[in-house]
Amino acid sequence: MSVAPKRENYDVVVIGAGPAGLAAAATSAEAGLSTLLLDENIGPGGQVFRAISSTPVTERNQLGADYWVGADLVQSLRASNAEVIQRATVWSLDRNLDIAVSIGGASAFVKAKRVILATGALERPFPIPGWTLPGVMTAGAAQTMLKSSGLVPDGRTVIAGQGPLLWLLAAQILRLGGRIDRILDTTQRGNYFAALPHAFAFLTSPYFAKGLSMMREVKAKVQVVSGVTELAASGDGQLASVSYVAGSKRETIPADLLLLHQGVVPNVNLAMSAGIEHRWDDLQLCWSPVLDASGNSSVAGIAIAGDGAGIGGANAAVVRGRIAARAAVEALAPAAAAKLPAMATLRSDLAKAERGRVFLDTLFRPAPQFRIPSGDTIVCRCEEVTAKGVLDSVAIGATGPNQLKAYRRTGMGPCQGRLCGLTVTELMAQARGKTPQEIGYYRLRAPVKPITLAELAAVPKSEADVKAVVRG
Amino acid sequence: MFKRSEQDKRPQVQIFVDGVAVAARQGDTVSAALLASGVDARRSTAVSGAPRLPYCMMGVCFDCLVTIDGVGNRQGCLVPVAEGMRIEIQKGKREIGK
Repeated sequence: MSVAPKRENYDVVVIGAGPAGLAAAATSAEAGLSTLLLDENIGPGGQVFRAISSTPVTERNQLGADYWVGADLVQSLRASNAEVIQRATVWSLDRNLDIAVSIGGASAFVKAKRVILATGALERPFPIPGWTLPGVMTAGAAQTMLKSSGLVPDGRTVIAGQGPLLWLLAAQILRLGGRIDRILDTTQRGNYFAALPHAFAFLTSPYFAKGLSMMREVKAKVQVVSGVTELAASGDGQLASVSYVAGSKRETIPADLLLLHQGVVPNVNLAMSAGIEHRWDDLQLCWSPVLDASGNSSVAGIAIAGDGAGIGGANAAVVRGRIAARAAVEALAPAAAAKLPAMATLRSDLAKAERGRVFLDTLFRPAPQFRIPSGDTIVCRCEEVTAKGVLDSVAIGATGPNQLKAYRRTGMGPCQGRLCGLTVTELMAQARGKTPQEIGYYRLRAPVKPITLAELAAVPKSEADVKAVVRG
Repeated sequence: MFKRSEQDKRPQVQIFVDGVAVAARQGDTVSAALLASGVDARRSTAVSGAPRLPYCMMGVCFDCLVTIDGVGNRQGCLVPVAEGMRIEIQKGKREIGK
């Protein structure tokens, strides 16, 4: 099944087949550029349109109209000449636009004139006591199973956190006949006031009416507790209960499944490993790449589109994909760009798609106690390092995330910091009285996903390569 | 923890989990099939031996690590099931030769 890329050189290589990647690859191929789309998943769609070509959920209203938009994007891609490879894990991208990709246990190497990174977002870490227990998952994980396998929770289920995805997931679980016992809303009360000045833009965005009706749909069926200020999972080798504090009252409820969610953040690993400059975003509380209006990064030839460029949602991701692809066409085949929608039109589409985002970012800004844990709460899931462990290391001289690796191995496990990086930065910043920007992030390097030594050893090598490492 | 929707009409695929036959559906990932099966699919971590189940289901957390057809440390959430696939719940580190 696994097929290596047909060529060694492409005009454009797009990495990630979510909303941005689908749109970018189709646009670039339609303009006549040789285009390769590499994606790690079984099928196209990314997270928002996961399993769009294969979902067993056939009752369309259960997933919602916004989901099925993905089918049109996939159709446009298939109608184009873009070469698409699924289950292709890109593990290296460098300044020369050389790409290493693992497909079916073997690595292939391609070179691009332009790279469009569309690696999207991942869920923000939610480091509460007990979050590593079996039975605690992300809301996105439950949504993935729902879309790709028609699976819904049927044990005692608690959903905790905040943000639009949480309500969408709850509505989808209920529509498919799943069980939700309680929703614990961690939105800070003060956020409602802070978000108020941005409310007008949101009221006029399409998200407003949809969001409101979804919340009504869920609240009619599930007990929702708002103003949750503390949260913990406990159990012996398996989740048994969830305890929380709301309005200074503590409550503990039995649970088999706890789904956590406090927003999404850019998936920066591949971009950072290519040396692309990122800055700390004080509103979205995450690292975002420094980009120009066409998505071009600090590394010549690499653009970033979609949520990897800063969280903007699926509609914005599609437009950002088209903008990045149009910019690539303008650079490589200016005459062909005339066939595509004008840049001014695309930019106005983007402004429309991003309307209301500041309101959402402000309203759903996660509370400090859910981002910066303390005591025995695990920060790094892979190496099982606690908040206390990190702070003890700071006390004896660890200055930032990269020094901390030598003290505790944080970020050195298989996830390569994806589940602890933001927590470590904010925790160390707080402990040292610095800003996250000053504290910095892990220095990320290829391979950005683990590959076996056997796969590396099987890579074709020249005589010069061998000479460089063999003595005598 | 999870049940299948009745509208799911995908054909069954048989996999083996630690030698025991388990019914999955075509298009399931290994992790989804394990979570749907009701078998105890908890792996134990390499560092402390703590029990874990998949956390993110999208390829970023590595808590779904599992041995598939004799190869250890595979991300079960990224691999689709296939007829006759042999899954071993991984206890501790990946072993040499796996």
